[in-house]
Formats: sequence, structure tokens, C-alpha cells
Amino acid sequence: MFTFLLSNIEVGSHLYINFGENLHLHAETLIISTLVIFLISVLLIVGASNLNKKPNSLQNFLEVIYDLVKSVAITQMGPSYYSQFLPFIATLFLFILGANWAGALVPWKIIEIPEGEFAAPTNDINTTACLAILTSITYFGAGFKIKGIGYFARYIKPTPLLLPINIIEDFTKPLSLNFRLFGNIVADELTVTVICSVVPLFIPVPIMILGLFASTIQALIFATLASAYIGEVIE
Amino acid sequence: MDSIVSAASVIAAAIAVGFAGIGPGIGQGNAAGQAVEGIARQPEAEGKIRGTLLLSLAFMESLTIYGLVVALSLLFANPFAG
Repeated sequence: MFTFLLSNIEVGSHLYINFGENLHLHAETLIISTLVIFLISVLLIVGASNLNKKPNSLQNFLEVIYDLVKSVAITQMGPSYYSQFLPFIATLFLFILGANWAGALVPWKIIEIPEGEFAAPTNDINTTACLAILTSITYFGAGFKIKGIGYFARYIKPTPLLLPINIIEDFTKPLSLNFRLFGNIVADELTVTVICSVVPLFIPVPIMILGLFASTIQALIFATLASAYIGEVIE
Repeated sequence: MDSIVSAASVIAAAIAVGFAGIGPGIGQGNAAGQAVEGIARQPEAEGKIRGTLLLSLAFMESLTIYGLVVALSLLFANPFAG
């Protein structure tokens, strides 16, 4: 029974913090994402506070991450504009990576809370929706900042006939970003749960490792797509 | 929940995931085959091909995931449960 408890999953039940009539917060998502943000900030501050020409191991690690995100941004946005949006892309990448791994690596299920369960913050569709909407706002802002009012010319390209499709695309972009990340993380957790309930030992381990890998790829994809959308607008 | 609604929801969830798996399966097979061909022809480009392949595989994977999201919402957050 204990193994089943370790791998139990609850979709759609949350520990609510209520503020007044209409404002509800999901406590477990908030706690884990705050923890993730705190850990990433500590890692980055400690790693970047004492930079040397001869890097130590932590600085090496951070430089690898920086190079990765920078190459993603440069290939999608071109060398002249990428630097304005690099912080945003890097933040997205690091937060999603940290959030996914926090759910996959730490056995949160040991800690019991009255309702819902501790899991990856990206396991909650509100987190991923927030990230997707942020991406949307960013590419609108980028278009206005760089192209001015000429940004709207994008909607009637290549012909004015495509205007409705171009407008619909503005809604489907964040929707697909949202569902892609959410679905992948929930799918990983569900697969592990189902296999754990059949064979609780050893067999789920490769699936968990696959999940870790898929989480990394998803973080990279979210960052790539976000920069691709921004690059599409400003090119 | 009404029994006929729950039965229909379960069947719909199964169909959603099942059919959503077909297209991306074929696409991923094609992509992986082409990538292997590319590596066989030009082994020095392996790193670049692998990176692109993984990225595009994840894109195709997300199509199945859309079906999964529909199935999950039918099973756990059914709007017709009323």
C-alpha cells in the first residue's frame, strides 16, 4: 500500500487558500514554485557572484546553460535582436526545467497534505497557462516596440484574405504552448503512476528516467517556441 | 454521474488517445528513419541531426498530448457530469 501511496496521483484536486469570494490560490503549486524560484535564484547568485577568468565547476555549469539558451535565442531571433529577449527566454527555460525536475526528482508524495498533493508546479494547468500568456504578451510587446504601429501589417500578409487565420493564430499559439507543457508533464506522472500500481519495483525506473529526459526537452521546446514566436514578429 | 454519460466519456477518452496516437506515430517513424539515413550518409553531422530530430519528435509528440489532454479532461474534469 505504501508504494501505491508514493505514486498516487490526483488530477484536479488542490489545496485551496481562499481570499474572499472569488480569489482562490492553489497552495501546493505556490509552495513548490516558490521553492523552485528560490533554489534557482540561489544557484545563479552564488554561481555568478564570483566570476573568474579560470572558471570553477559551478561557473562552468552556468556557462554551459548560458551558451545553450543563447544559441536557441540567436538561431530564432537573429544576432541583432536576441540580446533584448535573452533574459526572458533564459528565465522561462530555467523555471520550467527546475519545475519539471522538482516534480520528477523529489518524492513529494511522502509529505501528506489535506487535499491535493505536492507535485511539479507545471502539473497545474494554471502555471503553464500563465507562462504561455506571458509569452503572448512578450511577443506583442516586442512587435510594438520594434515595429511600432506597422506591427499590424503582419495580419494582412501575405494577403488580406488570411486576416481571420492570422488573428486566430494569436489565440492558438498560447493554447498549444499551454497544453503541450501541461500534457507532457501530466502524461509522465500518469504513466509512472499506472506502472507503479502494476509493478511497484524496478520497472518504473526507466520510465522515470525517460520522464526526466522528456522534461528537459519540454523546457527547451518551450524556450525555443517562445523565441521563435518573438523572432517571427520582429523579423 | 449518469451511467450513460460516464460510459460515453470513458469510450470517448479511449478513442481520443487511440486515434491521436496514429498520426504522430507514423510521422515520428518517418522522421527517425530519415534521420538514420542522414547519419549513415554523413556521419560527421550526427550531433546536429540528433538535436533537430529530438526537437521535431517532441513537436510531433505534442499532437498525441493534445488527445491525452482531451481524454484527461473527460475522465477527471468532465463538463457533462452535471
